[in-house]
Amino acid sequence: MLAEFGYGVLVVSFLVTVYSGVAAFFGVRKNSASLIESARRAQLLTFPLITVSSFVLIYLLVNNHFEVSFAYEVTSRSMPTYLKITAWWGGQAGSLLFWSWLLAAFTSLVTLRKWDRDIEFLPWVIVVSAITLAFFLFMIIFHENPFTRYWLVAGNVVESMFKPTVEATIFTPENGRGLNPLLRHPGMIIHPPMLYLGFVSYVIPYSFAIAALITGRTDDRWTRITRRWSLWAWLFLSFGLVLGGRWAYDVLGWGGYWGWDPVEIAAFMPWLTGTAFLHSVMIQEKRGMLKQWNMVLIILTYALVIFGTFLTRSGVLSSVHSFANSPIGPFFMGFVTLTLVVSVYLLIRRWNDLRSETEMKSMLSREALFLLNNLLFIGILVVCFWGVIYPLISELATGFKVTVGPPYYERATGPLFAGLLFLMAVAPFSAWGHSTLQTLGKAIWKSTLASFVLTIILFFTYTQNLYAIIGFFLVALAIFSTLHEFWRGTIARQKTQNENFFTALSNLMMRNRRRYGGYIIHISMALMAIGILGIELFQKETQGTVAAGEALNVGNYTVEYRELASWDVPSDDVNYTRAVLDIYENGIYLGQLYPRIDYFYDAEQTMTIPGQRSTFRDDLYILLVDWQPASNTGATFKIYVNPLVNWLWIGSLLFLLGIIFAAWPDKELEPVKVKPSAQQTSAAD
Amino acid sequence: MKQNKLRITLYALLLTILFSTLSIQFAYAQDDIPTDDEVNEVAKGLYCPVCENTPLDVCPTEACKQWRDVIRTQLAEGKTKEEIEQYFVDYYGDRVLAEPPRTGLNWLVYILPPAVILLGAVLLFKNFQAWTKPKKTESVSSQERSASSSSDKYISQIEEELKKRK
Repeated sequence: MLAEFGYGVLVVSFLVTVYSGVAAFFGVRKNSASLIESARRAQLLTFPLITVSSFVLIYLLVNNHFEVSFAYEVTSRSMPTYLKITAWWGGQAGSLLFWSWLLAAFTSLVTLRKWDRDIEFLPWVIVVSAITLAFFLFMIIFHENPFTRYWLVAGNVVESMFKPTVEATIFTPENGRGLNPLLRHPGMIIHPPMLYLGFVSYVIPYSFAIAALITGRTDDRWTRITRRWSLWAWLFLSFGLVLGGRWAYDVLGWGGYWGWDPVEIAAFMPWLTGTAFLHSVMIQEKRGMLKQWNMVLIILTYALVIFGTFLTRSGVLSSVHSFANSPIGPFFMGFVTLTLVVSVYLLIRRWNDLRSETEMKSMLSREALFLLNNLLFIGILVVCFWGVIYPLISELATGFKVTVGPPYYERATGPLFAGLLFLMAVAPFSAWGHSTLQTLGKAIWKSTLASFVLTIILFFTYTQNLYAIIGFFLVALAIFSTLHEFWRGTIARQKTQNENFFTALSNLMMRNRRRYGGYIIHISMALMAIGILGIELFQKETQGTVAAGEALNVGNYTVEYRELASWDVPSDDVNYTRAVLDIYENGIYLGQLYPRIDYFYDAEQTMTIPGQRSTFRDDLYILLVDWQPASNTGATFKIYVNPLVNWLWIGSLLFLLGIIFAAWPDKELEPVKVKPSAQQTSAAD
Repeated sequence: MKQNKLRITLYALLLTILFSTLSIQFAYAQDDIPTDDEVNEVAKGLYCPVCENTPLDVCPTEACKQWRDVIRTQLAEGKTKEEIEQYFVDYYGDRVLAEPPRTGLNWLVYILPPAVILLGAVLLFKNFQAWTKPKKTESVSSQERSASSSSDKYISQIEEELKKRK
């Protein structure tokens, strides 16, 4: 009964969404204020409706309604309540509902807050968002329904939403299969919603962009309205990616954080275009240039978001066969293609109206360097997209599948990332409009010198690896020059405003939040690069089987195996096997580590939890690979030494601080600042 | 000759199985039994057809364990990394390799991305050249524009201040 109710509400919300889109469309076309208002109200209704449906699903998940197939697949009796709630986004059907819920919420936020101010765009925003939402609801209702139930029909279990035959009775399995244990990690509980928050937030700037294309407003109004949306979208997406990396490091048990898996790349691709957009949109605001390009970027981001949502949850790209057989594959690709074609058509129609208002003056100007940055980001995107797609092309063309793995991605993106580091160092010193080699050189020579000195020291004390030397030099250059930029601004302010150093620094940053938030992000990126260089170039590993009292050596570390215990915890439905290891570095005792293997009875799956010892210099990361239960004397361990990897996480934290600093709303100032300049530009047009 | 080789291979295989069933300490004391590290060195570059995108050296499944045993056996026979990779390619196809082999259509993997990036660079450069041609009329509007932005004012303020210091 409850499942039918949840499903019914979903169907109603689909109809309401379709109505809101159609009403908004004809409302603008026929210039009918009442129709537009009706569309708005229908749109506002979608959020409570989808909320009710979601609550029903959560109720079914929490209360062990295993007759509902989704509840059977993602929950089990032993799972704690909070995990059962998060199982909402733990499977494909639920996560699509979660996606829709977020989109309804965000669109409602937009139509509620500044309806009168943005009235020219908002009906179109409702149309675009309604099309997207209707598509997702359609997929849920017809193909990925989380409310379908099991029925007993003549002794067979059948999955169906409604009673398949008159005699059919509900079938309730004794226990559910439970959420994949790998997904029960705290990082994995927040990772998908963060990613989805990022994904869905990007629908808003896209909707405004399309609204601008349709209404023919060629100024930067749409980018100004959605500036915060794209920043927050970027924040959530970045946070989601970082959490995913940390989760992989802690749970997947291969000593790394990023494996260039298509699923990871699917989330990374919209981040790439989103990052390019974040930069190039500044050129449009400052110089009135690149309007066409920004449209291209936001359209691409939207397409990649839909593509990514579909890829992350379905895995259908693993082969042509599974794609064709997947009920949702062709629909998703069809939708992505359709929206791309329509968006590009709208863009081409306005192409000439979106010409730059000013011209590029120098190849070293800030805007020119930003364009180079865009080229590099798009380059990485091309590498990623091609790597994900090529196995399918190969299978279609030759009938044979190939693997495009990490070596391809690392080789191809390495130089591009290096280029980005270099731009990060140089671009802040170039001026909008005009810069010369001389002015740039003057600004950057001190940082360059400092970086050289540091690199030479590293050469003699740490590494002679050429890639590492180049990498560390670029990292140092990016950090020093960004710090120099802080210094330069603070000193200038100190002189003109007569403030002490710290007041000057804080005022400088507070008054140019986006800029200095951006610089904090640059520094954090450089710190993350240190971690990536460390683990990529200097990782050491060894594997071996030892008896109690014996030791394995890797680098300066000695790992001595003490004992191993295996026990059941019936309340968790898990068996734990834990080894105790003594750790020595250069003969000095450091403490113990406890690598573990957890076996989940409900899901019949193991999870490898590493023993980790983390310092700024390196991580000792030990996995229990195997053990001999009979004699209980021997066990196999895989030991990694991951140099500098901690800087990746330190950088990630700083990165989040940087984005939050840049994106934090200062509501009081915003309308005062934005309105006049927006009007000014439109008047100039 | 061939039969002889086969016999030796079988003999080696049998011996390896025998050794691996003996006590582990004993087995590891032997020099001719490849270590886990040697096996992993080869396994790192291989992908089994079942576990998508998980390299063989870290894949926890039973099937992958058996593959690693095959690698160990072949290493014990004195085969090189390349020979072992070829063995797996012959049996399971190119997909076991971390990257497509550089033949035929697969060249597209390696050529297309740099070609597209190069094309982008050329386009960008051409546009730069077109843009940077001096145009008097534009400079006025750009000055207006930069004057309208508060943060640009701030930059120029900083720049001026720096000039004064020099």
